Amino acid sequence: MGGGSSRIYRGNGVKLMLPSWLIIGSFLLLPVMMMAVYSFLTKEFRGGVIWEFSLAAYDQFFFDRGLFGDEPPKLEWTYIGIFWRSIWQAGLATIACLLIGFPTAWFIATRDPKSRSIWLFLVTIPYWVNLLIRTVSMKFLIRDTGPLNEFLMASGIISEPLGLINTNFAVQLGLFYSYLPFMVLPIYAAVERYDFALSEAAADLYAGTWTILRLVILPVVKPGIIAGCILVFVPSLGAFLAPDLLGGAKTFMIGSLIEEQFKGSAGNWPFGAAASMILLTIVMCVLLVYARSQNKGEAR
Amino acid sequence: MAAKLDLRRFPGFLAITILCLVVLYAPLAVVAVYSFNASTSITNWGGTSLTWYVDVFTGPEAPKFQKAALNSFVIAVCAASIATIIATAAAVAMTRAGRFRGKTLGFALINLPLMVPEVVTAVASLVFFSAIGFTTGLMTILVAHTVFCIPFAYLPIAARMQSIPDQYEQAAMDLYATPSEAFRLVLLPLMTPGVLSGFLLAFIISLDDFLITNFVKGAGIETLPTAIFGSVKQGIKPNIMAISTLMLGVSVVFVSLSWLIGRMGQDKKQAS
Repeated sequence: MGGGSSRIYRGNGVKLMLPSWLIIGSFLLLPVMMMAVYSFLTKEFRGGVIWEFSLAAYDQFFFDRGLFGDEPPKLEWTYIGIFWRSIWQAGLATIACLLIGFPTAWFIATRDPKSRSIWLFLVTIPYWVNLLIRTVSMKFLIRDTGPLNEFLMASGIISEPLGLINTNFAVQLGLFYSYLPFMVLPIYAAVERYDFALSEAAADLYAGTWTILRLVILPVVKPGIIAGCILVFVPSLGAFLAPDLLGGAKTFMIGSLIEEQFKGSAGNWPFGAAASMILLTIVMCVLLVYARSQNKGEAR
Repeated sequence: MAAKLDLRRFPGFLAITILCLVVLYAPLAVVAVYSFNASTSITNWGGTSLTWYVDVFTGPEAPKFQKAALNSFVIAVCAASIATIIATAAAVAMTRAGRFRGKTLGFALINLPLMVPEVVTAVASLVFFSAIGFTTGLMTILVAHTVFCIPFAYLPIAARMQSIPDQYEQAAMDLYATPSEAFRLVLLPLMTPGVLSGFLLAFIISLDDFLITNFVKGAGIETLPTAIFGSVKQGIKPNIMAISTLMLGVSVVFVSLSWLIGRMGQDKKQAS
């Protein structure tokens, strides 16, 4: 930014940023680094750690050494399985959000400006409603004796409850429901920016519908789609409320695995810290790939 | 000429949009309706009544929930206020101070709370607070909330500041305004809508948080979400539905407020 007010603030950038750096640095960055250290310490029973270097947490995560720890290590599938299931669940929820969210965003972005803001307002309200309340409401609705089953049974469509609660599907539904607005908003922003005169021009130049979609619209809308997918996938991966309230033991996800390590006497802090580090690494990789793709898009 | 297909009107997109809204609203609507149920059973309909709303304020669990609500409110107001002040300073630096050392990295640091998964933030905060012997309680919740409120307050403020040309302040300075006057009398009034929506967003985000609070709160201290979670673990009771509906109402009031403030900002921009 040139001249103007920058002469008031020039040279004071660091001073103005300092409070935010101090707060986030000391109460988030430092704690995350400390957690990384904790993942290499020895666990103390009843929670907490002993300050003694150990790889036991990561070892427990990846390898099975038998009950007494003296057998040759085999790959341990329990925890890798939980991570894999979480990735799978978050992925399915993201796809569901995209399938419903894209047409919705497209529809809203192509209304006239007045009704557009009303539709958008309707989609954003649930985002402002407490996530716990929304998840509890979903649980109430789909429970075996809940209104959905009551209604379907009373109208004779089904004869016994659907048994939705405590299934993988319920968790996906919960994640989908929690993060759907995150998919709609960035795609909406991208489509709104799109100038429909471009597709008319393409049609005048004998481009077919498919060609227009692929070569004219997709490049404009793609950043919105990718941003939406990231915004749904990342929080879904570490979600706690949806799997905990809507799922059962069979739908255990990363969030619950980590939470369990810090609650009660059965906890294992280094193991919980190690699982958190692995989750953090996965998320940072996803974000890095995203940042790379955005930069490439800009360079072109 | 290729067949004229109006890309603006895909058939079926209206239906999907309505489906989307039904999915988003059905659970909330059902809970709101059942909160007026007179019956103690959450399944059977026993007629319309306000029993459970009375119960929320006077029932056996009322003191617990009132205390939790007060905690939530105080923490949200404090965390959002601190975060808004810090975020405003950061937004001024990012949009007005030109280049300075650590700008790119500093921007990443501000957004760090958005990138780290919530459960990881929760674990890290717990580990950190327990390591430095910071007794868990209201203060730890406040500190943790302030951290993740900063980026949410920052986004609308920075967006607003980017749309204010800096000629206004330059003109003020040319007319012998001191830097502090230029900020107080020119920039601040112009950025107020951004600051207000930043505060509201941070406030709602703080009120919304369950996971991080649940990790850093001490024994016996509850916020509204942790109290509701504890109660729901033993089954959904009708008073929870009344509380949920009340919170839903509060959220709707807040969205409408921030929407109106956003509109106000736009009108001003058009007027100027």
